[in-house]
Amino acid sequence: MLELLVILVCAGILVSGVLAVWLSNLLAAMISAGLASLFAAVSYVLLAAPDVAMAEAAIGSGLATLIFLYTMRKTNGGKEP
Amino acid sequence: MADIILKIAGALIFLSITCGIIRLVIGRTIVDRIVAIDMLTVVSISLIALYAHLSGRFVYVDVALVYGLLSFLAVLAIARYLERRS
Amino acid sequence: MMELVGSIIILAGAFFLFSAGLGLLRMPDAFTRIQAGTKASTLGNILVLVGLGFYHPDWSLKLLIVAYFVLMTNPLSSHALSRAAHRIGIPMAASTFTDALRDAENEQKGKGAQ
Repeated sequence: MLELLVILVCAGILVSGVLAVWLSNLLAAMISAGLASLFAAVSYVLLAAPDVAMAEAAIGSGLATLIFLYTMRKTNGGKEP
Repeated sequence: MADIILKIAGALIFLSITCGIIRLVIGRTIVDRIVAIDMLTVVSISLIALYAHLSGRFVYVDVALVYGLLSFLAVLAIARYLERRS
Repeated sequence: MMELVGSIIILAGAFFLFSAGLGLLRMPDAFTRIQAGTKASTLGNILVLVGLGFYHPDWSLKLLIVAYFVLMTNPLSSHALSRAAHRIGIPMAASTFTDALRDAENEQKGKGAQ
């Protein structure tokens, strides 16, 4: 049962990581990168490392998305000025 | 009896995660993808809490608490960014 | 007995989470997807946490805190998101014929012009 759950969550990491590279819209790629971090945190919980999962949830899913958004606002959304 | 019901509940939660990932892949507009990640966050909170019961450790509920606190900030910031850009 | 009641409540919550995923997949446009995704998933999450509280009564304070955060933050983010979607002009389904926010904005614009 547990192995099946870990395999499904890791498939989620793989799909969202490939999507983050493949999408051309910058905002959608950023959302997919946040989703990869979310599934990574769930897989850390399933593999019995709750402190690592807490750090991953706080930094990868919350802080990194906000910093990406700040950068996109500073650089005019990736377009040429 | 109760164990079988809990396994059915876990299978339903995983079907829900699969539906969210499919919507994230085929989503036509940007708002569809943001809604998908919002729903997937809440479903993951439920999954982590359910796994805390299945493994019998109280510490895992803390991870769900941190998740519920921090995930809505990202969606709110993205919504404000979209509204300001227009 | 308590275990059976708790597991049945957890099953009801998991069914609501599944219906949220199904609605996200099947609804015709972005606004109905926001409606289906956030409301059903909030109810499903709260039911799962209540069912876990039947299993472990000594965990119930922290589970209550998690349920309170989800109940406070999820409608807030969905409201901000649907407002932003309306502002940037996401197209609605063909069967939608009422748009109260656009009517209110038009009325306010008419008042400002006078």
